[in-house]
Amino acid sequence: MDKTVNQKAWFLVLPVFLVVAFSAVLPLMTVVNYSMQDTFGNNQFFWNGVGWFKELLDPSTDLGGRFLASLGRNLFFSLVILAIEVPLGIVVALSMPRQGWTVAACLVILALPLLIPWNVVGTIWQIFGRPDIGLLGYVLNHIGIDYNYVSNDIDAWVTVIVMDVWHWTSLVALLCYAGLKSIPEAYYQAAQIDGASRWAVFKAIQLPKMNRVLLIAVLLRFMDSFMIYTEPFVVTGGGPGNSTTFVSIELVKIALGQFDLGKAAALSLVYNLIILIVCWIFYTVMTNAGNERKHQEGAA
Amino acid sequence: MARIDLVDLAHSYGGNDAPQDSFALKPVTMTWRQGGAYALLGPSGCGKTTLLNVISGIITPSRGKILFDGQDITPLSTQKRNIAQVFQFPVIYDTMTVGQNLAFPLKNRGVPKAEIDKRVAEIGRLLDLEPYLNRKATRLTADAKQKISLGRGLVRSDVAAVLFDEPLTVIDPELKWQLRSKLKALHRELDLTMIYVTHDQTEALTFADTVVVMHDGRVVQSGTPAELFDKPAHTFVGYFIGSPGMNILPAEVRGREARIGGHVIALNRSYDNLPANARIEIGVRPEFVDALAPAPGLLTAKIDRVDDLGRIRFARVRVGDARLAARAPAGFAGSDGNAGLKFDPSHVHVYADSLLVEGAV
Repeated sequence: MDKTVNQKAWFLVLPVFLVVAFSAVLPLMTVVNYSMQDTFGNNQFFWNGVGWFKELLDPSTDLGGRFLASLGRNLFFSLVILAIEVPLGIVVALSMPRQGWTVAACLVILALPLLIPWNVVGTIWQIFGRPDIGLLGYVLNHIGIDYNYVSNDIDAWVTVIVMDVWHWTSLVALLCYAGLKSIPEAYYQAAQIDGASRWAVFKAIQLPKMNRVLLIAVLLRFMDSFMIYTEPFVVTGGGPGNSTTFVSIELVKIALGQFDLGKAAALSLVYNLIILIVCWIFYTVMTNAGNERKHQEGAA
Repeated sequence: MARIDLVDLAHSYGGNDAPQDSFALKPVTMTWRQGGAYALLGPSGCGKTTLLNVISGIITPSRGKILFDGQDITPLSTQKRNIAQVFQFPVIYDTMTVGQNLAFPLKNRGVPKAEIDKRVAEIGRLLDLEPYLNRKATRLTADAKQKISLGRGLVRSDVAAVLFDEPLTVIDPELKWQLRSKLKALHRELDLTMIYVTHDQTEALTFADTVVVMHDGRVVQSGTPAELFDKPAHTFVGYFIGSPGMNILPAEVRGREARIGGHVIALNRSYDNLPANARIEIGVRPEFVDALAPAPGLLTAKIDRVDDLGRIRFARVRVGDARLAARAPAGFAGSDGNAGLKFDPSHVHVYADSLLVEGAV
């Protein structure tokens, strides 16, 4: 035991503890506190135990019904945009040039949607899709397609999904492109020698080498789309009716619209928990894949 | 299984209009016979990989034609040419087992399953990969991976030629020997034309029955190891093959005599029609020069040092500015740091502008 004992180090760490306590731990504990209580305004609180959590998971109650419905919509939304953005991103990455000035041009163009603030993206599409003054909405109606995202559920969904694809496919494409660039030229030459078709090259070389970046892309896109708020809120406000009300929108309605702090706190804790679990699953899968790779390289 | 003819073949990475001096592969016409074991030998950057990639179709040549059995295949893509190639670094299809890796070139060409299984089993046996056939190909050592790459090159029985691009670079020296002998044995067993690119003369001379030496984009000589040793067609071959390389000395050659300074060396042949204005040199391998005590009739040289290689000793000497190596007898010391050099006339060659000149008998 010749460890130096120097308690002064605590003073150096203390500021961080304080900042984290005030910015994260205390607010979170407040939320936990609210989630156990009910309020009728005037800062009057009544103990409710785990009542809100029970209600949340029971679809027959108002709170549970709204939560589970929005959760279902949210999961469906995430699935749809993943099913579109991942294959589309791969195709875009595969068709990008590999050298020359066009590479830089492609990268800049692809990066543009990623640089636009989210509420601006929402505003762009909100105006773009309007049947009276929006280019898209006007043209669609003019050629005979009855399109109105304010009144039609399906039109609203299509608008929100197309908007997300427009906004985020670039991210998947850029990640895939990075993965593709890391494949040595010899692999393609060997595949040529082996008489591999374009599809066989994709399946045997490109897809396996893109594995890891694709996993990251899926993780990022899933989390982002699961927490989506700004863009659909700006475009549809969660409507028509409740048809595009995702979990975050529902949460804000309950917390700030109805000022039901107890219900909202319980909902946000469950919401948080879901995100943590999904993160943990992805993290485990990814580090396992990483370990496997290290194994290979260690053996090589 | 085919004879491969290169007709006036040349390649420039700068396009066909670039000056010919800059061509990575200068015009070459030659024939690779069916079933031969060839080594393509030369220093880095001499164009040997370019030539290989042109044959396999990875590069389309700027000029000239490639014929497989008389048929022009120059415009055909790699997939359509009947050729196999193994690269410097192992290429493994990660998601497949070793067996599937070996089967890949056959599967892509629509070979029937029974035939594929038979070939894969055979190649697996020849390369000692049998125990791994059903394992994933990713977690293997570098040399096992390179064996898989070799196997993919050898698995097709109908290829015109198998090309190897320095395939043993990543392999340990000990295993290198084994794999090289294995390749040689496979060559005998499978009766395939093999072209083996290397910059290592030992590797080339042990593997091939014909060694093609390249220098600066040109094929300078093609012959058996003995021919390259006894009669280098280019001073570069003399210098590159053999250790130490051939001695090259500027000289004046007239008739059956070569003059170095004031000293006369007898030649076995007569050289009367040497091109005017050419740079004339004589070349002789260190094995055919004896370092003796200085004496009249011997070329006097300054001794730099004596290298003892165990079974043979070479004196490193200087004549004027030229550095030579000569065989030295045991206990050789010279006198006053000088030695007399005795040349074996039957092994002294004459070069005009680096090219061998055949003298008249």
